[in-house]
Amino acid sequence: MNSFSSYSSLLIVLLSAALFSCSNPGVKTGGVLDMDNPSKVYVAPGEHDEFYAFMSGGFSGQIGVHGLPSGRLLRIIPVFSVDAEKGYGFNEETKPMLNTSFGFVPWDDSHHPELSQTNGETDGRWIFINGNNTPRVARIDLTTFETAEILEIPNSGGNHSSPFTTENTEYIVAGTRFSVPYPQKDVAISSYEENFKGMLTFIKVGDEGEMDIAFQILLPAFDYDLAHSGKGKSHGWTFFTTYNTEQKTTLLEVNASQNDKDFIAAINWKKAEEYISQGKFKEVPANYAHNVYDEKSHTATSTMKKSVKVLTPEDCPGLVYFLPTPKSPHGVDVDPTGEYIVGNGKLSADLTIHSFSKMLTAIENESFEKEIAGIPVIKFEEVVAGVVKDAGLGPLHTEFDAKGNAYTSFFITSEVVKWNVGTWEVLDRASTFYSVGHIMIPGGDSKKPQGKYLVALNKITKDRYLPTGPELCHSAQLYDISGDKMKLLLDFPTQGEPHYAQGISADRIKPNSKKFYPIEENEHPFRTMGEKESRVEREGNNVHVYMTTIRSHFAPDNIEGVKVGDKVYFHVTNLEQDWDVPHGFAMMGANNAELLIMPGQTETLLWEPKFEGVYPFYCSDFCSALHQEMQGYIRVSPKGSSVPLLWRLGEDEFES
Amino acid sequence: MQSDNVGKSMEMKNIIPRILMLMSGLLLVSLFFFPMWNITLYAPQYPGGVAMYIWINKISGDTPATLQNINILNHYVGMKYIVPESIPELKYFPYIIYGMIALAVLFSIINIRPLYLFWGLLMIALAVAGLYDFYLWEYDYGHNLDPKAPIKIPEASFQPPLIGKKHIVNFIATSYPALSGYLAGLSIPVAFAAWWFKGKK
Repeated sequence: MNSFSSYSSLLIVLLSAALFSCSNPGVKTGGVLDMDNPSKVYVAPGEHDEFYAFMSGGFSGQIGVHGLPSGRLLRIIPVFSVDAEKGYGFNEETKPMLNTSFGFVPWDDSHHPELSQTNGETDGRWIFINGNNTPRVARIDLTTFETAEILEIPNSGGNHSSPFTTENTEYIVAGTRFSVPYPQKDVAISSYEENFKGMLTFIKVGDEGEMDIAFQILLPAFDYDLAHSGKGKSHGWTFFTTYNTEQKTTLLEVNASQNDKDFIAAINWKKAEEYISQGKFKEVPANYAHNVYDEKSHTATSTMKKSVKVLTPEDCPGLVYFLPTPKSPHGVDVDPTGEYIVGNGKLSADLTIHSFSKMLTAIENESFEKEIAGIPVIKFEEVVAGVVKDAGLGPLHTEFDAKGNAYTSFFITSEVVKWNVGTWEVLDRASTFYSVGHIMIPGGDSKKPQGKYLVALNKITKDRYLPTGPELCHSAQLYDISGDKMKLLLDFPTQGEPHYAQGISADRIKPNSKKFYPIEENEHPFRTMGEKESRVEREGNNVHVYMTTIRSHFAPDNIEGVKVGDKVYFHVTNLEQDWDVPHGFAMMGANNAELLIMPGQTETLLWEPKFEGVYPFYCSDFCSALHQEMQGYIRVSPKGSSVPLLWRLGEDEFES
Repeated sequence: MQSDNVGKSMEMKNIIPRILMLMSGLLLVSLFFFPMWNITLYAPQYPGGVAMYIWINKISGDTPATLQNINILNHYVGMKYIVPESIPELKYFPYIIYGMIALAVLFSIINIRPLYLFWGLLMIALAVAGLYDFYLWEYDYGHNLDPKAPIKIPEASFQPPLIGKKHIVNFIATSYPALSGYLAGLSIPVAFAAWWFKGKK
């Protein structure tokens, strides 16, 4: 990112001046706003935003939940990275969520949130997101805003073109950005063409959201960059962009930018289903983690899965076609009708739009220019529907509104360009500050865009906010797109580096948001269903503390008889049954983090006392007028000591 | 024609009081299906209020956990926990109501005018006794405080209003009859109507 960004900053200055010196002054601040703009983003105290926006956290590995139009940050959902604030990945219950075939991987790079859909409309049940680094996809439950499931992707070298749902959430996809040896083995990097492959993965999503790899498709060793599934007439197909069809492994900046055209891979997944049912797959050994968080036991389990079904295009005619597309296309975006497939050729000044119906005709007439590894390459002129000419430089991503317009981000010229789907005419352009990557319109990649707003997710911040040293937050910008002209309304900071985002009207999520977990449904194996059941048990060196919290005390809050070398498991059950009364649990010297326990939940902190003495613990989330009194002590005796195990709350003292 | 009319009016005179008396009994049946009294606490941190419902035989809240949440709030100032199992009235009041329903059925069969009056007066006496009992419980909860309470506010009374609205520390407490309370109250004028119709010439 760093070398690229400094290189591109230079380009911005040169190119924006060169290309748009007539229509735009060279320097724009965006500081001059219409006087009515503040009221458009003002959400009065106590009022709610109209939309939820889910921003990928990028290199934070998480998802940021914002409200629109205010831009206010509402929550960070921990997904692929540990989060000490919430104990995620630190408490015993959530550690299995981050398990992989490489063991515990506490960080990832989350790129593309994707809401579940029904009939091509966002339905507010779940949001999926990819982990790019150690290939994974996650599902977040939008009744709890917690990560419910993480599935590792085998035979992949970086899960970038993911998750991008089909219109009824039949599948989400996972295309590898980096091709890798298949199967993974010790070979010379220069044997790339011979040994490397690119794998596209289709993940079946069940009625309860449960994810399972249905099949993988073995493709030539290109870089599979982004994807979108068809909708309406093109439902049944998924489109992936490629770059590095030059098949280089070094100095890709130059070497992967030589071909005039790379490809969009069109996958007929309904055909794939047929081939699977005909048994035309190979069951291939694999090793990948499937991690599921159970909302009743408040505990995650990790299971290693051992095989996948692989389809090979040579054996499965009609499964894959390549659509030639200039020039290292980045985003591939399907318009709300499903007819047009936009290839955002990121090193080009033009946007190429393919036609789905022309593609079907070309396939029928076999208008192919060649075959690559059994995959027909359709003649460019037989599939292209139109070109948006000289729209800008560096097109990356396109979203759609409900009025037949498309909006494309241009990184190098740092702007969003609005154009007409069908006439390919540029209608408007708006500068971004600076260097926009993805853009998001609520529902803008679905059949029913909801948007009256567009969010630009910028890569470069520079002077937009008070400076905070060398490292700056990333900046998002909100535009009003309800009129003919886009209007910049608001800048707001975001967490990590948001790549893609999703937006949805609040009424599709708000009524289902849970307030607490019913205590009677708690199935945690170490739950404590009332203060009377609180106790301490020793099993060899393991000490299990069955502890409860309720305003404003722990039960028990005095513990003695623990010894150096013990492993003390604090299983803390929050007995509260009221909205917004979590309790925290913080143990002096613990080598992990705090617990943050929602009402009705049980969470476990492992503490390994190292030195004898008496150590305090306390509630770390201000819970009540007597929060500061919510504290306790645990006595640690030397190894082999005969201090009996006892625990106390007020007048009540117990000994085991 | 005339004797027909007289016959019809005699018939009406006999039927209407009986139906009214049965209605009074039926109105009491509602006590077993709907709450009779509602106390709601309002504070900024509780935007929707915390509502407690008193039934003839139980105490409930707007959520299953409301009573626990009220008890948690109350313990800061040393108020006793509200434990429905320890309130004897919730056990024997239902039997009194069964008795009143049985009497209503019996009286409508016997159909003697003073019995209708008697039922209405008895019901008034029970309602007054019930409200007085309710007041005593409220007084006890509001005044009989744990001397070890974490928060002590001299002179403050935590007793909710018998009926109406009152400031209690940071809360506004409202106390009003709920659906079956109104319906049971209505049984009294209905019984008096039976008495009045029975005496009508």
